[in-house]
Amino acid sequence: MLVSKTIKYWLITAFALLLTGQIHASSNTESSSEERFNPVDLIMHHVGDSHSWSIIHNDQFDLTLPLPIILVHDGRISVFSSSAFGHGEKIVNNGNYYYKLHHEKIYLTDEKGILQLNEQHLPTNQQPLDFSITRNVASMWLSIILLLTLFGISAQRYKHNMLSRPRGVQSFLEPIILFVRDDIAYKMIEPSKADRYLPFLLTMFFFIFINNLIGLIPFFPGGSNLTGNISLTLALALFTFIVTNINGTKSYWTHIFNPPGIPGWVKILIIPVEIIGLFTKPFALLIRLFANITAGHIIILCLISLIFIMKTIYFAPVSILLSVFMSTLELLVALLQAFIFTLLSALYIGMAVQQHEHHPESAH
Amino acid sequence: MEQVVNLAPIGLGLIIIGLGIGIGSIGKSAMESIGRQPEAASKIQTAMIIAAALIEGAGLFAIVISYLLGS
Repeated sequence: MLVSKTIKYWLITAFALLLTGQIHASSNTESSSEERFNPVDLIMHHVGDSHSWSIIHNDQFDLTLPLPIILVHDGRISVFSSSAFGHGEKIVNNGNYYYKLHHEKIYLTDEKGILQLNEQHLPTNQQPLDFSITRNVASMWLSIILLLTLFGISAQRYKHNMLSRPRGVQSFLEPIILFVRDDIAYKMIEPSKADRYLPFLLTMFFFIFINNLIGLIPFFPGGSNLTGNISLTLALALFTFIVTNINGTKSYWTHIFNPPGIPGWVKILIIPVEIIGLFTKPFALLIRLFANITAGHIIILCLISLIFIMKTIYFAPVSILLSVFMSTLELLVALLQAFIFTLLSALYIGMAVQQHEHHPESAH
Repeated sequence: MEQVVNLAPIGLGLIIIGLGIGIGSIGKSAMESIGRQPEAASKIQTAMIIAAALIEGAGLFAIVISYLLGS
């Protein structure tokens, strides 16, 4: 009884924080663009990556965490703080080059900072190679530290008293680990081989899960759209692609390049499809995670933007109720997408490492 | 003056119709199977999620392509 009451209070507090943060995050745009509110700019700014980490930004108060900018141009590395750009209006002189920030992209300019725009209003200036520690990278490091701490603590407990009952964070992680092992790895991969891939699957699951959750926190240490960044999901899908194909057995490759039991003229059609299928599987993984998480962020921001589109405070209750609903749904999606990514990874690996029993009399 | 009409939203709408029918029928069949055989619920759920995810993958391809062509 007491426990459920505590949980209830925690949930209410969490939702209250969630909402105040979101409203705060979007209310600052009202003052900066009084003539006409443009929700697309606001949403793209929140969903995209950024070179500095804005904590609070309004007319009276500006708290921004500057992040290092690392540029490589002509074989020279230049490193400086993102605060040198101001809010994109300042030109940075580093070495012989002048850099300007334009819509979160860095361009080379002259000392006056003039950008040549083409007909689509995109600058045609040269761009240096950008290796900056952006908001997403910083957020990823935060989640890595968090994961290492959580798992380090519970690993220590297992090391010292293996047989005692789980305590603290350990009792939170153990069921999830067992779930990934029993319901994902052992179901999709032959149990005798599954243990080899379990560390990979667990890492994928927890990395995606914790980054989905951090993305749902609307204020400072969260709020970055990391798993909704296509480069990150590309990297994750590439890991699955590599692990799947490196461990592919002989029968896996035979089924791709010389499928048994199929007449020769059909093979001409089947083999290209199988080869394309090698690449579409990880591609679907990367697009699925990217699209689901980005769509969730965009929907919540749209609902909050409705208040400013309607230009009335009386619309706020509707907007808030809808975003509470969407935030709850996003909590489910955060878990579900981590689950699906791991499940499909396990399925692909399971298909690759499976040993087919070849019966010459029964063509399959 | 020529008018440029962006047909991407219509394409997106058509994709959503297809996705809705597909995932809806998976959900319907899964519900029916669970109703018929409640003890197999967890197995049916896993299979349902895999099938839904695969359909969703095909739909997301189409969404991304129509978005890229439309913008």
